[in-house]
Amino acid sequence: MKQLVILGAGTAGTMMANHLVRKLDRTQWGLTVVDQHATHYYQPGFLFIPFGTYSEADVRKPKADFIPKGVTHIQEGIDRIKPEENRVVLADGRELPYDILIIATGCKIAPEETVGMTDEGWRRDIFDFYTIEGAVALRDRLKDFTGGKLVIHLNEMPIKCPVAPLEFTLLAEAFLTHKGVRDKTEITYVSPLSEPFTKHNCAVVLGGMLDEKRITFVSDFNCERIDPVARKLICYDEREVAYDILVTVPTNMGDACIARSGMGDELNFIPTDKHTLQSNAHANVFVIGDATNLPSSKAGSVAHFQADVLTENIQRFIAGKPLDPGFDGHANCFIESGYNKAFLIDFNYDVEPVEGAFPIPVVGPFKLLKETWLNHMGKLAFRWIYWNLLLKGRPMPGITTKMSTVGKKLNKQKGA
Amino acid sequence: MPTKDIAGVTVEVNEEGYLTDPTQWTQAVGEAIAVEEGISLMTEEHWKLVHFLQKDYAENGVMPTIRRVKSTGGIPVKELYALYPGGPLKKSSKIAGLPKPASCI
Ligand SMILES: Cc1cc2nc3c(=O)[nH]c(=O)nc-3n(C[C@H](O)[C@H](O)[C@H](O)COP(=O)(O)OP(=O)(O)OC[C@H]3O[C@@H](n4cnc5c(N)ncnc54)[C@H](O)[C@@H]3O)c2cc1C
Repeated sequence: MKQLVILGAGTAGTMMANHLVRKLDRTQWGLTVVDQHATHYYQPGFLFIPFGTYSEADVRKPKADFIPKGVTHIQEGIDRIKPEENRVVLADGRELPYDILIIATGCKIAPEETVGMTDEGWRRDIFDFYTIEGAVALRDRLKDFTGGKLVIHLNEMPIKCPVAPLEFTLLAEAFLTHKGVRDKTEITYVSPLSEPFTKHNCAVVLGGMLDEKRITFVSDFNCERIDPVARKLICYDEREVAYDILVTVPTNMGDACIARSGMGDELNFIPTDKHTLQSNAHANVFVIGDATNLPSSKAGSVAHFQADVLTENIQRFIAGKPLDPGFDGHANCFIESGYNKAFLIDFNYDVEPVEGAFPIPVVGPFKLLKETWLNHMGKLAFRWIYWNLLLKGRPMPGITTKMSTVGKKLNKQKGA
Repeated sequence: MPTKDIAGVTVEVNEEGYLTDPTQWTQAVGEAIAVEEGISLMTEEHWKLVHFLQKDYAENGVMPTIRRVKSTGGIPVKELYALYPGGPLKKSSKIAGLPKPASCI
């Protein structure tokens, strides 16, 4: 019996288990998934926890509920991969030999990368919302916030869900307005980028919103350190930004097991072919989701599009056929903007977000790069879609893996 | 594609003044761009970064990040800011004849 091992049962690993259990010849192939945790968190829901929109119970379910029958599910830490020996070593010392390996270990925040971040201020007046613990602690702090300096900070790119810090900023503005303390609060958004978002078209629209909502944007800010006593961010160029509450998205890194395996770059992301998802270093190792070094967004929707291509490529690899270079960098994200409205953007490696309708050209019902109530309802519906369709590898109605350009206003694109 | 006359030659640039063909780069072109960026004298330390960027870009096909310049190039971030005030990678990549570092998404 040959063995296919999937490392990580988060968004991407769970989807792959569900796809492959239907596609592989089970008389020939054993399928195993390894993850350290028992609980699957719906991470996009973390955005709503600080404002009390979602509770902890709304965003968690047992991982085991999503691992299909016929797949061996091991709950254990991964110590390291020995790619030259085709083996994975688990934290308890067990070894798993593999013929094909899929790495889906994702990425997580590394606040210790920034001097001063995890000292006495951590979760007292410095918060993250990229972990369940951080989101809950922030909710408790915001509950009795009476005004002051609220600073939202993006430390370093790349991060998963690159729109999340901006969404948080816009939602916080609406939250504080409802609470009646907006006029007593200065909101500042601090980023190492020159524009409020990585995609220019989108940055223009969102930048306009920041102005409209009286949110100060501080650009090109590379944080050297945080002074948790004086409560300020300090840039390498000596600029300073003072805060009463700092909501930071710390540096994101791939798991330390990737570094222990000698397979990652300086952020533990694994060099991966950007179209086939095969690892650059080892032909029988494939990488999906946030664990890759691809220049695509790190998002659940992206992992979903990647999963279709990877499922095809695993079958081709087994059959000895050339791999399909089918992944085009397609990403599709709702951007919450507060007051029950949201934007939707759709883009890939080559095409920037533009106006149009989605998923059905011209008709919609969702409007690209426009702020609507229906887009907001789409974002909320995404939770149901995530648990019921996405994780289980079921098709999402009308949404294709490769990006469609039909009905999009491509002439709005900047440059080449 | 716009062109630009600099250091006695004509080079192709994009709308922000970054060279679009790295083979048109010469040290004299780099020095002339540096002057435009407010760096009147390129010292050995300035060149060290430029050469690292060029080597790393040639090997990997993508612009290195500040983190990579620190960890692989061995140049402390504070020093980058001292050498190229106001935007170390944006300026040095222009001087190196390379694309503007895209903040990956
Ligand atoms: C606040 C927030 C908002 C977001 N919003 C959106 C959104 O609106 N839309 C969207 O599409 N995406 C969103 N995302 C991103 C999305 O959640 C991720 O891109 C997606 O979950 C990535 O899937 P993954 O499988 O690569 O990683 P994960 O789902 O993180 O899974 C990785 C798994 O690997 C396991 N693992 C790692 N290392 C080890 C080890 N050493 N041993 C054992 N197990 C290990 C982990 O336990 C984990 O279960 C958001 C993320 C956050 C944090």
